[in-house]
Amino acid sequence: MSALLEVEALTKHFPVRRGLLGRATGLVRAVDGVSFTIDAGTTLGLVGESGCGKTTTSKLVLGLERPTAGAIRFQDEDVLALDRAQLRRYRRAVQAVFQDPYASLDPRMRVGTIVAEPLVINERLDRAARRRRVLELLDLVSLPARAADLFPHEFSGGQRQRVAIARALALSPRLVVLDEPVSALDVSIRAQILNLLRDLQQRLGVSYLFIAHDLAAVAHMSHTIAVMYLGQIVEWGPADLMAREPRHPYTQALFAAALPIDFDTPRAEPAVSGEVPSPLRPPDGCRFHPRCPHAMPHCATDPPALRPHAGRQVACHLY
Amino acid sequence: MSGSPPSRPVIDVRDLRTHLVTRWGTVKAVDGVSFTVAEGETLGLVGESGSGKSMTCLSLLRLVPRPAARILGGQVWLDGEDLLTKSEAEMRRIRGRRIAMILQDPMSSLNPVFSIGMQMREAVGLYHGLRGRGLAARTAELLAAVRIPSPAERLRAFPHQLSGGTRQRVVGAMAIAAPPRLLIADEPTTSLDLTIQAQYLGLLEELQERHRLALVFVTHNLGIVARICDRVAVMYAGRIVEMGPVRRLFTRPAHPYSRALLESIPRLGAPAARLTAIEGQPPDLARLPAGCAFAPRCASVMERCRVEAPPETVVEAGHVTRCWLEAPGAGATAAGRA
Amino acid sequence: MPAEPAAVTLPEVDVAAAAARRGWRLPMFPVVVIGLFMMVAVAAPLLGLPDPTAQALRDRFKPPAWQEAGSWTHPLGTDRLGRDLLSRIVWGARVSLAAGVLTVLVASAFGAAVGLTAGYYGGRVDAVLMRVTDATMSFPVILLALILAVTVGPSFANVVTAIAVILWARYARVIRGQVLTLMQLDFVAQARIAGAGAWRIITRHLLPNTLGTLLVLVTLQIGYVIIVEASLSFLGAGIPPPTPAWGSMIAEGRDFVTSAWWVSLFPGLAILLVVLAFNLLGDWLRDTFDPKLRQL
Repeated sequence: MSALLEVEALTKHFPVRRGLLGRATGLVRAVDGVSFTIDAGTTLGLVGESGCGKTTTSKLVLGLERPTAGAIRFQDEDVLALDRAQLRRYRRAVQAVFQDPYASLDPRMRVGTIVAEPLVINERLDRAARRRRVLELLDLVSLPARAADLFPHEFSGGQRQRVAIARALALSPRLVVLDEPVSALDVSIRAQILNLLRDLQQRLGVSYLFIAHDLAAVAHMSHTIAVMYLGQIVEWGPADLMAREPRHPYTQALFAAALPIDFDTPRAEPAVSGEVPSPLRPPDGCRFHPRCPHAMPHCATDPPALRPHAGRQVACHLY
Repeated sequence: MSGSPPSRPVIDVRDLRTHLVTRWGTVKAVDGVSFTVAEGETLGLVGESGSGKSMTCLSLLRLVPRPAARILGGQVWLDGEDLLTKSEAEMRRIRGRRIAMILQDPMSSLNPVFSIGMQMREAVGLYHGLRGRGLAARTAELLAAVRIPSPAERLRAFPHQLSGGTRQRVVGAMAIAAPPRLLIADEPTTSLDLTIQAQYLGLLEELQERHRLALVFVTHNLGIVARICDRVAVMYAGRIVEMGPVRRLFTRPAHPYSRALLESIPRLGAPAARLTAIEGQPPDLARLPAGCAFAPRCASVMERCRVEAPPETVVEAGHVTRCWLEAPGAGATAAGRA
Repeated sequence: MPAEPAAVTLPEVDVAAAAARRGWRLPMFPVVVIGLFMMVAVAAPLLGLPDPTAQALRDRFKPPAWQEAGSWTHPLGTDRLGRDLLSRIVWGARVSLAAGVLTVLVASAFGAAVGLTAGYYGGRVDAVLMRVTDATMSFPVILLALILAVTVGPSFANVVTAIAVILWARYARVIRGQVLTLMQLDFVAQARIAGAGAWRIITRHLLPNTLGTLLVLVTLQIGYVIIVEASLSFLGAGIPPPTPAWGSMIAEGRDFVTSAWWVSLFPGLAILLVVLAFNLLGDWLRDTFDPKLRQL
């Protein structure tokens, strides 16, 4: 079975412009040669710290930015070569839910209108049919029908995220990009929303690109996890394997820093020191080598490629 | 983390009450909160938005937003003196010197138009009466204490030139400049990256050890609590619903809210089963129901819970909770479970 | 099918109680004054007032009714040519209010369009539009009106044109600023992900969220425009005689301020009241405008 979404050597560089004429004086290598696949009905978790490029990657997948290089294939079609009509179809199949439940809903529109908007733009339904679909979607996310007539500010954060999810599902997408969907919610509400997302995946067979900094949530929700550092994927593989036995030193540091509530294992000292370097001037060779506790001389000169090892792919000279 | 011998606690809060007047009614932001923190001990204050944890911290410093908020009652004993009876002038001498606070967003804690050296000198000079070279040396020393490399040069930098983690360290350096008796940290790592957070927590522990600080750490992240706190107090709707040693509370929580919270958090390494979600929504503080505030969402709710608010009961030495399930005679009411 | 019970219950909203709690009170003074002037201006032909342009030289400089030589046939007195002052003020209100409202409508529509376009597209479009806006804003209104008056001749149309042609820049700037903030919010990205094009995003999402600001700005600017129009008429570059206009009325009474003070005073008071009322209304709108009030 071929993958739903295939991303190959995806690259996005942002020029830094200075001066009156806007000359490019530098290049922010936000995403630098990223490849991954997402199968139908599965979740790929994307983790990394600030500056790793995960948000830019999600924008590229959503078509909000055009890549500098690389390919995106959706259901075996080259997304970057689509004409307007086909691009519209792609848009319908790939939707998103963002982090901030207070900014993702237009405060001046009623919830029913918000959820119906994708339908209004993309389908030729009459009002009654639209209304039916909106009520269906609200039911899918466990919101009462009455919600359709209310404004966003009348709902709590968790409820607003449900509205955002209902809107994302309006066009029956195959892939939903979830960019920190629960980080802005109270802890007691997060489980509700995560459960809802999983239920929807089982029910509708939709795939997720799940981006979050809460590693435990990512591990819980994802089938596969990819770890990004300074625009590149340093390790990716099955979620439980990655969580139990991370191999790349950065992945190990990340999971160690994730602070599992476990009193029995001895506490490891933070394995990594220093700050994340600026994506304007990534280190030569392996980008992680200045902070890596296992750095070897040639790590500073030869960038490692992703190679299969112990059931996953790692980019590290140790393997 | 250390097991200090029992002594007079650095801070002893008794029945603190702070109310907030909003256009939707009066909110009991802090409703009878009591706790103590000893020298070298870390108390975690856990709760969600609206639980009252931040307002509690502001109340300790008497910095509640006036005129909407008012501290109505209770006592806050800092080394044997009740802060609630002090004048504003006296409080000014106490803030920063004997109690310090670190906030979540380092960017708004630092003035963007002054170099960090200038800002630190202002604080340090004030506390120690130093000037000139002595002041500069002490300031550099403080930056070194928070493990900032090349401290002397960094003094000339402006906040926007520093990374988030470094800024938070600078804020930490200013906080321990005096050094204070009590340090309150209100979600200091929430805006930091994971690996930076780990470094920062290690730093806080080191500082606490060196200066024998009492530390109150406010967070909603139970992983952090497990890592650095000795005791933890769980807050809900302005009250502490459970408080006790971390290990005990996490392994045998007495209050349904604590239990539900622990069960609803995804755990690394645990099987990817369905999370146990807490039903309902966080309470509307302006319209709290009679009885226990958690009753509408509690899986073990009883008739009594909806009518009467439970008092503080001792589960074990050092472990208290507010729940009718643990109150004396609880066994007899099992049959009355709703 | 996994069962997730409707874990969500929504609170009942008692609209009347909510309104009473908020104490939604209209500011009385501005609303009464503006309402009065509007009604009077619109109903002017029906009010049975003497003809504002009818000259009766025997009745010149009659003082207001409560003065010794005055009478109630001319409640506010007469001017240099014996024309009834009250009637002229009422008819002048038509001119001032029409000029004010029309000008800001034109200027705001055009300015908002420019601001929305510049804010949405950004880049070169924004840069070019903002340079044009800046240049426009720096041009003095009165000078332009005078030039027009001298070349094409003074008229109502000229007044509206001269002011609107420069006033739109203010709106463009403010709206563009707001649009830039709105563009950062996720719901705009969401609209794009749903497939919305520029037109839909601008009209369905950006514009409604700027209406509040627009309304406040429009209200505050009407007062400004009325003063400008009055100034132009005072200088002779505005509404030409014999149409009564408050500014020219003040100008006509300029030489008689000590003797026939009412000729200049009453039109001046009218301007003061109306402008003050619009400013107060604008302030109130700015303080209270809140999308949450839309449901009421």
